[in-house]
Amino acid sequence: MSTEAVEVQEKKSEPLFSKKNRKLISNPLDIDNPITVQILGVCSALAVTTQMKPAFVMSLGLTIVTASSNVVISMMRNSIPSRIRIIVQLAVVSLWVILVDQLLKAYVYDVSKQLSVFVGLIITNCIVMGRLEAYAMGNKPWPSFLDGIGNGLGYGMILMTLAFFRELLGGGSLFGFKVFESMGVHYQGNGLMLLPAGACILLGLIIWIQRSINGYRESH
Amino acid sequence: MRQSNLYIVIYAGVLTIVCGGLLALASEGLKEKQQFNIDMEQKKNILSTVIAIEEGVDINQLYAKRVKAFVVDFQGNVKEAMQPKDVNLAAEYKKPREQRLLPVYEFKNETDSSKTDYAVLPVYGYGLWNNIWGFVALKSDLNTVQGVKFQHAGETPGLGARIESDEEVQNRYKGKTIFDQDKLVSVTMMKGEGNDYSKNQHRVDGMSGATLTGKGVNNMLLDYFQAYENYMKKNKKN
Repeated sequence: MSTEAVEVQEKKSEPLFSKKNRKLISNPLDIDNPITVQILGVCSALAVTTQMKPAFVMSLGLTIVTASSNVVISMMRNSIPSRIRIIVQLAVVSLWVILVDQLLKAYVYDVSKQLSVFVGLIITNCIVMGRLEAYAMGNKPWPSFLDGIGNGLGYGMILMTLAFFRELLGGGSLFGFKVFESMGVHYQGNGLMLLPAGACILLGLIIWIQRSINGYRESH
Repeated sequence: MRQSNLYIVIYAGVLTIVCGGLLALASEGLKEKQQFNIDMEQKKNILSTVIAIEEGVDINQLYAKRVKAFVVDFQGNVKEAMQPKDVNLAAEYKKPREQRLLPVYEFKNETDSSKTDYAVLPVYGYGLWNNIWGFVALKSDLNTVQGVKFQHAGETPGLGARIESDEEVQNRYKGKTIFDQDKLVSVTMMKGEGNDYSKNQHRVDGMSGATLTGKGVNNMLLDYFQAYENYMKKNKKN
């Protein structure tokens, strides 16, 4: 299952980072963002963004899981019986999630404790399943890999933006570093920002800004 | 394309075996490292309730030198044959208080190792969503709280999870006392945040938005202080 073998095979037909492949990464960052446009994965976006650090690790975890399950499912796609495809996808996703969780526990124990249940919840994250069903089931491994990375980054970007404002306004710090205190300003943290409601409001604003920039309209 | 039932059953079977095999392999391969992390964390938590641990300190060495661990029963008698690592707190917590095995970690004086500076007692209970546990360090009078360290499995991040993540919440317990004269009253976390309880020896400020986690902590502390009461009364030094 080495990715090198995949790359070599792909090189024959089209360049690794052809325009189409680059789009796979750039689209989810902007006009096809999983959170703000497709409104997927909102649950975890509200839950893990009280601080920057767990948000960062969550983004990283989701990117790894989405990309690797995309590759595996894409390689299996022609053999998967269509009647049980969802459960097969779920099994592959779970496999990766548990592996990531075990590795975190063994090598970065602090972080794994902070994320606690959320790593497990990647399994149910709609973005992962959504990408498998919508993309990896019908495309080759390399584009699927890029698609996974792109969607992971798109998710991570929104998570980090949310976490930036929530940690700064809610706790007056960034990555645990007390910003306002170091400037000598007393800052009374805004408790609303730490509650899911604060995240919901912020996320709504982000969606509004992004959609008005892109001129996106809901089709009725 | 539509596959035969046999194909689907075999496919599912093979997939299960492959996934299960990989997971078992990973779990076995990483077990030692994970257990090491868990042990280290336990030692670090025990030590951090009594002293500030500086970066780069050899925790294993410090622990071996200063901490004497043993197990007592409800009557406060030492169980000679047992070691704290043989005690599964999650299982003990479900037993009636009188039958529990209770580990004690005594923190010895640096110069005179026959003297006990602090006693660190593990506590275990249920928060809002899942188990909570931790350590409470008492000074040698076995009444004044030197420090606490709480942990949780699934409290809400930013709210109830503050019992673990927010050092300031844990620091609120410092210097509080658990006995009123001879009566055990424990330390209670109140509802609402931002109130001053510095005059009250048995109350601490609450966590806004996490009253139920606070209640879980209160139950846990009272429950385990009651379990350790005989041990405390036997061993306290005035």
